Amino acid sequence: MSLLSLEGVSRVYATRRGLFGKPVPVRAVDHVSFSVAPGRTLGIVGESGCGKSTTGRVALGIERPSEGSVTFEGATMPMPGTPEWRRMRARLQLVHQDPLGAMDRRLTVAAQVAEPLEIHGIGDKAERTDRVAALLRDVGLRADLAERHPHELSGGQRQRAVLARALATDPALLVADEPVSALDVSIQAQVINMLTDLQEARGIAMLFISHDLKVVRQVSHEVAVMYLGRIVEQGDPEAIFADPLHPYSRALVSAIPVPGPRRIERIVLSGDPPNPADRPSGCAFHPRCPLAVSACRAEVPELKAAADGRQVACHLVEAA
Amino acid sequence: MTEPLVSIRDLRVAFHGMPALRGIDLDVAPGEAVGLVGESGCGKSVTWLAALGLLPGTATVGGSVKLQGQELLHAAPTVLDRVRGGRIAMIFQDPASALNPVKKVGVQVAEALRLHRGLEGAAAEAEVLRLFDQVGIPDAKRRIHIYPHEMSGGQNQRVMIAMALAGQPELLVADEPTTALDATIQAQILDLLRRLQQETGMALVLISHDLGVVAEMCRRVCVMYAGRIVEESPSEALFAHPRHPYTQGLLAALPDMVGPRRRLEAIPGGVPEPWNMPPGCAFAPRCDRATPECGAGMPGFVPVGPAHQAACIHVQPATVPA
Repeated sequence: MSLLSLEGVSRVYATRRGLFGKPVPVRAVDHVSFSVAPGRTLGIVGESGCGKSTTGRVALGIERPSEGSVTFEGATMPMPGTPEWRRMRARLQLVHQDPLGAMDRRLTVAAQVAEPLEIHGIGDKAERTDRVAALLRDVGLRADLAERHPHELSGGQRQRAVLARALATDPALLVADEPVSALDVSIQAQVINMLTDLQEARGIAMLFISHDLKVVRQVSHEVAVMYLGRIVEQGDPEAIFADPLHPYSRALVSAIPVPGPRRIERIVLSGDPPNPADRPSGCAFHPRCPLAVSACRAEVPELKAAADGRQVACHLVEAA
Repeated sequence: MTEPLVSIRDLRVAFHGMPALRGIDLDVAPGEAVGLVGESGCGKSVTWLAALGLLPGTATVGGSVKLQGQELLHAAPTVLDRVRGGRIAMIFQDPASALNPVKKVGVQVAEALRLHRGLEGAAAEAEVLRLFDQVGIPDAKRRIHIYPHEMSGGQNQRVMIAMALAGQPELLVADEPTTALDATIQAQILDLLRRLQQETGMALVLISHDLGVVAEMCRRVCVMYAGRIVEESPSEALFAHPRHPYTQGLLAALPDMVGPRRRLEAIPGGVPEPWNMPPGCAFAPRCDRATPECGAGMPGFVPVGPAHQAACIHVQPATVPA
């Protein structure tokens, strides 16, 4: 039974070319389907503009899908701003990259962690105080930091405070958008370990969005690679990162610098990722793909089952 | 060893009396690629900003930075103007903010050519085209006439590199040159830097927080912590056999791309604040091997292998002289 499921979700924006140009539809997310089971983590990787953050916002119900549907705990995602949606949001929380931007600089850490409890009317004053203390302990913040303001904390401590706040309403799903990208390696490891420990202790499901393949591999039970709004490969992270099947995943994995000998020969792609407003015909990756054939220009490849149970959207990968 | 191109001795920097660099010794040989790694605030960027006289007036700088015998610290502006962009060029993390947004990219590169090589008019334009070609900007004839905002981040970084090459530098200091770029674009830029280094024979100092980037690009690596170099080594030896507890901790904290997944070994605590520097070894409060002796004094370098040294009193010195 899945907790969150996206079925054929697209998100289309209209942008103008220049000040007086005609509005052009931009498909930021295009026919994305996946589901997340309770207590599991789905990692979404991809480069800037691939639609991974938009997918996260649609999953949270902050944005409505232009096509397709989002189901959470068996019910269709309500309209944003409605009382049903607000109730549901207690079960669905967001953590993003910049903890300072996510916090109110004038409020103490304790006041901010208590805020969701007040908004959702959870407990009385005394219970809330106890709850805040317990949450801060769970994320490894010393009790004396509760009365500090965000600017008095280090980056790692702030991200812990943001997490404590996200966990306050006891959510079933956490959407984490680049949660450790702004942190130094040694602090990043602390926060990653804490996230996986909390997941184990509380059975939270996670949608973990990041450009950092190493971090995604570390935390995910399943991974989806996105390119220009579509999922191009999805499956077991160890299998995908050890032996990517889609030519884009191959290039992406091979581009990651690693200390020590590399397993996959580096593929350097030519050119930049195309503008989503100017999506190439057929497979969006074909202009940069070293293996492209004529079918790639004409036809959009569907995501289909390939070897070892993973799914790949490429004309050149044999179906299982 | 050949005579170093740049020789830094006991470089110290303080901002408002707070130490940021606490004695850096570093040589860069002609044509070599050296990596400086470390986390935010360890002083890896400050080292080169200080060396080139690019720090604000609030910084107090001491020690010595010599470029083939010529002292650069507190040198006259006329001396530094010849060196900066001429003999030593620098590129930064964010190319979009380093470029002038209201000038065409070709004009900006031509300006560097005029300043450092006295090229004007048609000669300058021909050289700009050659440089654009060299850094892999396609359709150079048209691209020299566009503005930075019309190019992608990767293309802007190529323009920055073209501008850096304009002065035919003997040393290129690249400060997190690919940190703001996507993985596939990062691979392109690293490839380009490697090729240019081979073609021109210039030395490269690569400043990065990413151990993987440094491992791939540099033959020699210095690991910095809290304003000091704590380990210096040929890069294979550093990643295969790190000796300083901080380097070991950094590598253990990094998730792997291959092999079985394991729990990350996080380094406890955080980097000490400049106003709260522990006595002796700055890493001791986070180190699982720390003993009371670690606080007694600044640990000196211990030779641990060929051209490999670590600043820790608990490492075993190599038996063969390094």
